[in-house]
Amino acid sequence: MGVDIRVEELSKSFGKQLIWGDVTLTIPAGEVSVMLGPSGTGKSVFLKTLIGLLKPDKGSVIIEGTDIASCSEKDLYEIRKLFGVLFQDGAMFGSMNLFDNVAFPLREHTKKGESEIRNIVMEKMDLVGLIGAEDKLPGEISGGMRKRAGLARALVLDPEILLIDEPDSGLDPVRTSFINQLFIDLNAQIDATFLIVTHDINSTRTVPDNIGLLYHKHLAMFGPREMLLSSEEPVVRQFLNAQTVGPIGMSEEKDADELAAEKDIEMPPLPPIPLQLEPSNGIPRRSQRPAGEWCRTNGITPPPGSFESSNAGLTPGS
Amino acid sequence: MASLTTSRALAPIGTAGKLFAFGLDVGRGLFRRPFQLREFLQQAWFIASVTIVPTALVAIPFGAVIALQVGGLIKQFGAQSFTGSAAVLAVVREAGPIATSLLIAGAGGSAIAADLGARKIREELDAMMVLGIDPIQRLVVPRVLACMLVAVFLNGLVSVVGVIGGYVFNVVLQDGTPGAYLASFTALAQLPDLWQGMAKALVFGLIAAIVACYKGMNAGGGPKGVGDAVNESVVITFMLLFVVNFVMSAIYMQLVPPKTG
Repeated sequence: MGVDIRVEELSKSFGKQLIWGDVTLTIPAGEVSVMLGPSGTGKSVFLKTLIGLLKPDKGSVIIEGTDIASCSEKDLYEIRKLFGVLFQDGAMFGSMNLFDNVAFPLREHTKKGESEIRNIVMEKMDLVGLIGAEDKLPGEISGGMRKRAGLARALVLDPEILLIDEPDSGLDPVRTSFINQLFIDLNAQIDATFLIVTHDINSTRTVPDNIGLLYHKHLAMFGPREMLLSSEEPVVRQFLNAQTVGPIGMSEEKDADELAAEKDIEMPPLPPIPLQLEPSNGIPRRSQRPAGEWCRTNGITPPPGSFESSNAGLTPGS
Repeated sequence: MASLTTSRALAPIGTAGKLFAFGLDVGRGLFRRPFQLREFLQQAWFIASVTIVPTALVAIPFGAVIALQVGGLIKQFGAQSFTGSAAVLAVVREAGPIATSLLIAGAGGSAIAADLGARKIREELDAMMVLGIDPIQRLVVPRVLACMLVAVFLNGLVSVVGVIGGYVFNVVLQDGTPGAYLASFTALAQLPDLWQGMAKALVFGLIAAIVACYKGMNAGGGPKGVGDAVNESVVITFMLLFVVNFVMSAIYMQLVPPKTG
C-alpha cells in the first residue's frame, strides 16, 4: 500500500523569481494523481522538491512523518528508497546496458545474489515490454524504450511512491496510450502512490484519480478528476480543454487589453467527462471510484454525454 | 544598486567557498563505506590511458629544453661537470610536477568534467541521488583517488623520461660526456627532492580532480553548459596548480636545506 505525501505551504524561488508559493495539498496514498500546468510553471521543480533534489524556501513535504525539506542528508537518502522516479528522458546511466541499469539499485541497496537479481530484473523488463533489449546501451535505443527502461528501474525496489516526469513527451499517441495503460495496471498491481507530471490533456482526462493544476505561481486547484473536469473555474476550464480563450496567454498571463478583447467571446461548453481508464484485466483498482460518484455526492451535474465512453471530449490524434 | 555591485564583486568568493565545501564533502566521503573499488580501478586505468602518452611526449622536450638552457648557462660558468646534476634537479623538482599538473588538468581533469557534466545534464546524477546513492561517494571519491594515484605515477614517469631526454640531448647534441653527466647526478639533487615532487603531484591530482568534479557536477544549461564546465575546470585548475606549486616550492626551500659539498 502506498503512502501519502503531505505538502504544506511549500514555496520555491530561484534568486528573486518566485516559481510557486504556498502550495498545500495531500497526494492521497495509493491513488494516481496528475500535476498539470502550462509550460514553465515549475512542474518539474515541484517534482524535484518532493524528492529533496531541490530545497524549498519554506514549507514542508511530509512522508511517513519525515519532513523532506528539513531532514538530514542521511534520512533523505533513507526515505528516497521509498521512491521510484521516472525522469523525462529516462536518465539511464549511459555507460551501462539496460540490464545493469535496472539491476543497479538492487546491487547498491540489497545483498541479493546475482541469480535473484536476474529474476527481479527480468520480471520488471517483462512488465515494461523490454525483454530481449537488456544488452543494449541506452544510446542505442529509442526515447520510448529509454522511458520504459527508466520505469523498470524505478520499479525495481518496489517503491511506495512513483513520481513520473512527463511520461508522454516525445512519445507517439499509441505508445502514450500504452504507457498510460501500464500506469493503471501497475497501480492496480502494486498499490503505490502515483504522481504524474504532464501537460498531455488526453492522459489527464482519462488516467488519474486526482488532478492538480499549477498556474501563475500557485496551485490553482487540486482534487478528484471529476471535480476539475466539471469545474467552471476559467483557468482550469481553459487548460483542461486546451482553449485559447481564458486567462492563460502565450507567454504568461494575458494582460488587461487581451482579456478585455475576448470578454465577449463565450467559452465553449464543457465537453463530456470520459470514463476513467481501467486496468486491462478488468478488476477495479483499490483506489478506483465509480464513474460519476463525485458529481453525484457533490450535487454537480456533469456535462451532457459524460461517463458514456472512454474517449469522450478527447482531441483525436494529439 | 550598490548591493548588486557588491554581490557581483563578492561572487567569486562564494564560488571559492562552494568549491572548498565540496572538497570537504569529498573528504568526508573518503571514509564512507563501501569503498567503490571497481569504479576506482576503472577510473585510474582511464585517466592513466589518456595521460601516459602525452605526458611522455611532453617530458622529452621538457628535459631537452632544460638541458639546453642549463647546459648553456653552466658552460658560461665553466662548470660543465655539473650539467647532469643541474638537469636532474630541475626535472625532478619543478619540471616533473609542472608537466604532471598540465597533463592531469588538461587531459584527466577535462575528461572527468566532461563525463560528470554529461551525466548531470542527462539527469543521471539526479537519478542516482533519487535511487538513494550519493554521487560524491559513488563517483567523485573514486575519481579523486584515481587522479591522485595516477598523478604520482605520472610524476615518476616525467622524472625518468625527462632525465633521459636531458641526457640524450646533452650527450648527443651538446658534446657533453656521458661520464660527467652521470657522475654529477647526485651532486646537487637529494632524496627529499623526489619526495617533494611526489607530494606535489599528489596535491595536484587532488586539486585537479576536485575542481573537475565540482565543475562537472554543477554544469547546467544543456550541452553548452558541459563545454563551459570543461573549459572553466581546466582554466581554474591551471591557475590553482601554478599558485600551489609556487607555495609548495617556497615551503620546501625553507624546510629542506640545499645540499652542500
